[in-house]
Amino acid sequence: MSLVTAKLTEEQIRELKAPAQRERLFRSISYFSPLLLLLLWEVASQLNVIDRRFFPPPSAIAGTAWQMIASFEIFDHVGATLRRVSVGYVMGAIPGILLGLFLGLSQPARRVLGPIFAALYPVPKIAILPLILLIFGVGDASKFVVIAIGVFFLLLYNTMGGVMQTPQIYLDVAKNAGATRLQTFFRIALPSALPNIFTGLRLAAGSSYIIIAAAEFLGARSGVGFFIWASWQTFAVSRMFVGIVVISALGYFTILALELIERKLVPWAKH
Amino acid sequence: MTQAALPLGAGMMSETAIEVRNLTKAFYDADSDRTTVAAYEVEFEVKRGEFVCIVGPSGCGKTTVLRILAGLETKLGGSIDMKSENPPAMVFQEASVLPWLTVRENVGFPLSLKGVAAAKRRARVDELLELTGLTDFADALPHRLSGGMKQRVSVARALVDDREILLMDEPFGALDEQTRLVLQQELLRIWETTGKTVVFITHSVDEALTLADRVLVMSPRPGTIIADLAVPFDRPRDVVEMRRDKRFWDLTYEVWRLLASSSTEHQA
Repeated sequence: MSLVTAKLTEEQIRELKAPAQRERLFRSISYFSPLLLLLLWEVASQLNVIDRRFFPPPSAIAGTAWQMIASFEIFDHVGATLRRVSVGYVMGAIPGILLGLFLGLSQPARRVLGPIFAALYPVPKIAILPLILLIFGVGDASKFVVIAIGVFFLLLYNTMGGVMQTPQIYLDVAKNAGATRLQTFFRIALPSALPNIFTGLRLAAGSSYIIIAAAEFLGARSGVGFFIWASWQTFAVSRMFVGIVVISALGYFTILALELIERKLVPWAKH
Repeated sequence: MTQAALPLGAGMMSETAIEVRNLTKAFYDADSDRTTVAAYEVEFEVKRGEFVCIVGPSGCGKTTVLRILAGLETKLGGSIDMKSENPPAMVFQEASVLPWLTVRENVGFPLSLKGVAAAKRRARVDELLELTGLTDFADALPHRLSGGMKQRVSVARALVDDREILLMDEPFGALDEQTRLVLQQELLRIWETTGKTVVFITHSVDEALTLADRVLVMSPRPGTIIADLAVPFDRPRDVVEMRRDKRFWDLTYEVWRLLASSSTEHQA
C-alpha cells in the first residue's frame, strides 16, 4: 500500500532492541538480588564487623543447613509448615474471594455486612491464637483456622476493592448483551478484579508465613516455627538462622510462583 | 418548541420501529439536594431500516435518551414503543471492549452468554470479523489494538447476535479524523448489507449528515428535540465525495444555525 518502503540500518535495529534486552537482563538479575544481601553479611561476619555469636556467617549457617538436609530433619519441618499454610490459605482464600465479589457487586450487602468485617479485620490474628487453640486443639486444625482467618480478610478486601473499581461500562456491556446476574458475577466482576485478587493473594502469602511461624512457636511439635523456637531454647543460633532462612525462602518462592501465575492469567494488566 | 418537521427521507421505509413519546428523565443528587432534568418531553419516531442521528452539544441529554432506549436507565415519564423481537444492541462511546478477552471472544461474548454452541459461534464470529476487517487480529488481546480497531470490535459485538435495532453512542467520538472517516464509510457499508434500524448519537454535525437518513437536533437545558431534518443524499454514499455536494454544506449551515439559536435562547 505504502509508496515508500522503509529500510532500517542494522545499527538502528540494534538500538531499537536494546531496551528490551536490558529489561530481560534486569529481570534475570532480579531473581538473584536477595543473594547480594547474603554476600554482604558473610563479609561483615568474617571481618567481625558484626557479632558472630548472634550473626554467624552464612557459610556456617549453610554448613548447619547441609547437615539438616542430609539427615532429612529439615524436610519434616518444611513439610509440616507447607501443609498448614497451603490448607489454611485455600480455606481462607476461596470464601474471601467469593464474599468479596458478592459485597463488591451488591451495595445493600456492603452496607449491612461491611461494618461487621470492618470491626473484625483489625483484630490481630496472633492475639486470637490462644482462643483458637482452645477451640481447635494443638493439632493442625488450629493452624489451618488461624491462617484461613488472616488470608480471608486480605482477599475479601482486595477482591471487593477490585470489583468496586470495575468500570461501569463493562457492566453495561454485560447487561446489554443479556448477561444474568451470575454471568455478570463470574464473567465481568471476577476477571475485572483479578489484578486486585492477585495483590491480595501475594499479601496473604506473606502474612501466612508470619502467622504460621508465630502459631508454631506456641503450640506445635513440628514445623519451621517450632524448629526456630526449639533452637532458641538450646541457644543453637546457626540452627535458628537455618529456620529463619528456610521460612523466608518459602515465602519468597510462594510469592514468586504467584507472580508467574499472575503473568499467565492476567496478561492484560501491566506488571 | 418543535420546528416544522421536514418530510421523511425515504418513502420506502414506512413501518415504525421505534416510537418515543414525551420521554422525560431527571436525576436527583441527594448530597446537593438538586434535581437535574436530563431529557424533557423528547419525541421522535424511527422507521424500520432507517438510520437516524441525534446531534447536540455535550450534556444535552442525548446519551441519556439512548441509554433509556437500551434499557440501561429507567425513564421518569413518557413512553417508548419498540417494535422488535429482541432488545436493541448498543455500541458504546468509550473503550467497552473487555480487556481479558481476545478479539474473537469479545465479538462472540453475547453468543457465549446465551450458550450458543462453540462451532456455530465460531462460524458466526468469523463472519463478523470478516465484515468488520478484524480477521487478522482475531486472537489478539485488546490492549494491542488501536482505538479504531477497538471500536470495530464493539461494532462487531453489537451485530453478532443479529438484533433488529442498533444504538450507537458516539462510537467514533474519541478517534482521529482520518480513522473516523474510514469507519464511517465502513459503517455505511455494513448498514447497507445488514439493513438494521440505527439510532446514532453524535456531537459532530458533519458526522450526522454523513451517515443519517434523518438528523434530529437536540438542545440542552432541558434536553429536547428542536428539529427533524431529512438528509437527501443517495445511497450508497461516498463519505469523501458527498462533501462536494452543495446541499451538504447548506444542511451543515442549517444545523449549526439551529444549535446556535438554541444556545442563545439558553443564555437569554
